[in-house]
Amino acid sequence: MTAIRLQESALQAERAVLNHKLPSGEPYLQTIKQGQTLRIVDLEGNQAVDVIFYNAQDPAEHYSATDTMLSQGGIYLTTGTVLMSSEARPMLTIVADTCGRHDTLGGACAAESNTVRYALQKKFMHSCRDNYLIALQHADIGLGKRDLVPNVNFFMNVPVTPDGGLKFEDGVSGPGKYVELRAEMDILMLVSNCPQLNNPCNAYNPTPAQFLIWD
Amino acid sequence: MESFTEIPANPSVTDPVDVPAHWKRFAPDLDESKVMWSEIVPGGGHWSYVMPRGSSLRMVALEDGANLSMVLYSSREKLERYNMPDSLKAQHTAHYTRGHVLMSDMGRSLASITLDTVGWHDPMGGLLDAERLKQQYGERRFDTHRNAMYRSGKDGLLIEIGKHGLSRRDLIAPVNFFSKVSVDEEGRFQFAPGHAKAGGAVQLRFDMDTLIAFSTAPHPLDPSSAYAPKKVGLAAWRSGPALKDDFCRAFRPECARAIHNADMLYL
Repeated sequence: MTAIRLQESALQAERAVLNHKLPSGEPYLQTIKQGQTLRIVDLEGNQAVDVIFYNAQDPAEHYSATDTMLSQGGIYLTTGTVLMSSEARPMLTIVADTCGRHDTLGGACAAESNTVRYALQKKFMHSCRDNYLIALQHADIGLGKRDLVPNVNFFMNVPVTPDGGLKFEDGVSGPGKYVELRAEMDILMLVSNCPQLNNPCNAYNPTPAQFLIWD
Repeated sequence: MESFTEIPANPSVTDPVDVPAHWKRFAPDLDESKVMWSEIVPGGGHWSYVMPRGSSLRMVALEDGANLSMVLYSSREKLERYNMPDSLKAQHTAHYTRGHVLMSDMGRSLASITLDTVGWHDPMGGLLDAERLKQQYGERRFDTHRNAMYRSGKDGLLIEIGKHGLSRRDLIAPVNFFSKVSVDEEGRFQFAPGHAKAGGAVQLRFDMDTLIAFSTAPHPLDPSSAYAPKKVGLAAWRSGPALKDDFCRAFRPECARAIHNADMLYL
């Protein structure tokens, strides 16, 4: 497999200023200050961690999948990728990555999209967008469904074929693999630790993820 | 394909409405009794329409290398809008052609592609913004160039969605009709210059009442050093909604379910 740039980090967990374990299927809303480093750990492997980033000072500015892909001229996120905002400004830079490939085309699952993808009867299952909405409703900070823009799926492998097909491959991730991002602006991070039970990409078994932040 | 260099004079002002029958020049197969309106959009232009369920929009490249960047919203509830990842993953595709449907974030088909002679339309490339335009093409402002000024696709769409109360927060990833962007083994974008030829056509059938906004500014990956956006012809007509044996319904089970979910709004 190509276009994978592996890079380990020297940061030590015991020196982190935040260390949060997020069970599978739960949301998480967290701020990251400019200059801080965020690590997301795929504790048990092949979990999808669905994340949208906002400018904490002006949440109308959000992560943009298309600006990120356009800026680097390609679709895969790995070491060196700069995550761009809807205003085409750098939000975060991937500075370490032991997984090597992350997706930004696959989006976040929703009850409604589950009816389309799997079966009409799947609508009452838990989903990432339910997670996003409940986190935003409780936070009550003026963000809502219109702000649920195409996200990053950390640890997911979604290749595009030369003839324009989209595939959901076995994850390239594994237990303990991680990705680290340096915040280039003050960031509000909205996470859903994906509860999808219909997709083989996580072996039908969603698992916890760990979040660490260093100054 | 005839040349569209010259736009004909308007019809006589003594006609009841001074609307030229542009469609006869680029979509003459349409049934005159069903055509609602037609338009020739200049390169770099932008506009928006509300398309009722059961109407169709024929889009025709009038010059080689056209691009039309379109965003779509439910006109009844504009919080519901085209969703690029949902549409791509449901149909396991990174391009659009006949049979595909453009799905909303609520699992419904906003529009289905019922005709396509171009074969590939880009959902990934995003929009040309003012900064990128300036870096690539330089600057031409109204003061010196009047309506030959350079216009970015992003600003064109912001103007159009602004007419309907939507803001930059609501600007979504567009569909770039007529443009082809493939992905190589390394994951890099490969833009196909001049992909759509003059006369190439694609048609959307609206499965919901849909607000569309579009710009004919160049694709952001177009490597051309000259700002030369191309004209696109539009013709809207009454096609009726998707029947039971509809091609798009049968294209994939996911398409059938998305059109079904849209039908449920119009029982």
